[in-house]
Amino acid sequence: MDALVVGTIIKIVLVLLIVSALAGFGTYIERKVLAFMQRRLGPAHVGPFGLLQIAADGIKLFTKEDIIPQHANKFIFSLAPVITAATAFIALSAVPLFPTFVIPESLPLIGGAIVPSIIADVNIGVLFVLGMMAAGLYGPLLAGMAQANKWGILGSARTAVQFLSYEVVTGLSVLAPIMVVGSLSLLDFNNAQTGGVSSWLIWQQPIAFILFLVAGFAETNRTPFNLLEHEAEIVSGYVTEYSGLRWGMFFIGEYANMFTIGILAAVIFCGGYGDIGFIPGWLALLLKVTFFFFLMLWVRASWPHIRPDQLMWLCWKVLMPLAVINIVITGIVVMI
Amino acid sequence: MHEEIIHTDSTPKEKQNYVMLDLGSTPAYGWPAFKQVAKRAVSGELFVGLWITLKEMVKTLFMGGKHTTMYPFEKMPISPRYRAIHNMLRLLESGHYRCIGCGLCEKICISNCIAMETRYDENQRKEVSEYTINFGRCIYCGYCAEVCPELAIVHGGRYETASEQRASFSLFDDMLTPIDMLKQQQEFAGFGSVTPNADAAIKKTPLAY
Repeated sequence: MDALVVGTIIKIVLVLLIVSALAGFGTYIERKVLAFMQRRLGPAHVGPFGLLQIAADGIKLFTKEDIIPQHANKFIFSLAPVITAATAFIALSAVPLFPTFVIPESLPLIGGAIVPSIIADVNIGVLFVLGMMAAGLYGPLLAGMAQANKWGILGSARTAVQFLSYEVVTGLSVLAPIMVVGSLSLLDFNNAQTGGVSSWLIWQQPIAFILFLVAGFAETNRTPFNLLEHEAEIVSGYVTEYSGLRWGMFFIGEYANMFTIGILAAVIFCGGYGDIGFIPGWLALLLKVTFFFFLMLWVRASWPHIRPDQLMWLCWKVLMPLAVINIVITGIVVMI
Repeated sequence: MHEEIIHTDSTPKEKQNYVMLDLGSTPAYGWPAFKQVAKRAVSGELFVGLWITLKEMVKTLFMGGKHTTMYPFEKMPISPRYRAIHNMLRLLESGHYRCIGCGLCEKICISNCIAMETRYDENQRKEVSEYTINFGRCIYCGYCAEVCPELAIVHGGRYETASEQRASFSLFDDMLTPIDMLKQQQEFAGFGSVTPNADAAIKKTPLAY
């Protein structure tokens, strides 16, 4: 078989396994970081430092009864979590994760396989990833409407509101860097910033970076914009009636999306997997993604939620005009 | 500024110094509203919040600022006035139990949970032959300890009272100080006594916020 095909398959398996494991680990990190910020301990009893809490939660999720409410639309009810989880992983297929490397020949079977940095280098990479993540919002939307629960309906109504608000900002904020780089492929973004920290796009496009982060928080449904399942207001929103593994799939999807947004922010604005001085590229990317992940938890510990109308106000009246102005200025600068 | 003098009786009370925060007016639309948004957007108040949580995290991780008590393994000292499962005390000199079988605790018990039987022993002294407290009924009011003329029944600190049997704590011998633990027997510290860690637990009232 072709060395590249073998490498790609290896990469697919690795991404699937590692990201879904990381989603579990992400919940652990989230609980720990939130706990420390609130002077608590977080999970501490299962295993060393509570690390096996992930396994305990997994066992709990797997063995829970699978409840489908009587009046729910059974087909859509069971389809919705799959949409969320699947789109989150499909989005990851067009994201460069690590530098390309060749597996040493000495290894049996897979020796010599070329593991590409990106599973599918489609030439519309950015659009594909953002589109897939946006398609992921069909999960909450359908889940909320299929479950015959009024909290669920409210959750899916808010999904629509949130979707309509942030998606414009995401697209427009990424447009400016696209104009600077002149390509939609994420590999080109990465290669445009290989000249060290000073070549990062964040210095040329600080406003676009901030807008992208804000929209990313809305996209991954993280705290200041966590309207879809705002516990204090609408019980659990779109996941009210979900339990067990279906509920778990929503959360694997959510955490995979958090990683995707972290990787996107790192690749589009912060130099991707380019080396920083003595730090090798793969470690640099890991550190960046870890930072963005930590930022999401940090913000969750610090800031209050906002109301849906405030989200719409923010996105349409503040962020979108800023993004448009940013694009106009970028366009003028690029032309000159 | 609201400065009202409230007269509750004939003598005028000292004036209260309430301070109203100057929050300004809320601009509804137009240029002032825009100015407010712009001012708030660049004032960095959000970063103040981020800084506080990060500081707390560093404190928790590296400066021992955790507030969690690992409960079943660690316990907070409770007040000596706490009223949990009763203890029956012994006389320190002879080691004999203090109870003289007067029956006052049984009489005063408002939930009728104390049952005792007494008889005369060979020295014509009252002897307690049966003494049980039904902890399913006990409301831990403390009257029994208060009325006891001999300080024989006091409330102890055993507040973990989940058990497989209702009778687990309730027999006289269960509540009586074990004879080999006589040296460690604790007297009731008295009404108004404070928690052992009272000094350490005192904190400044957080008036700053």
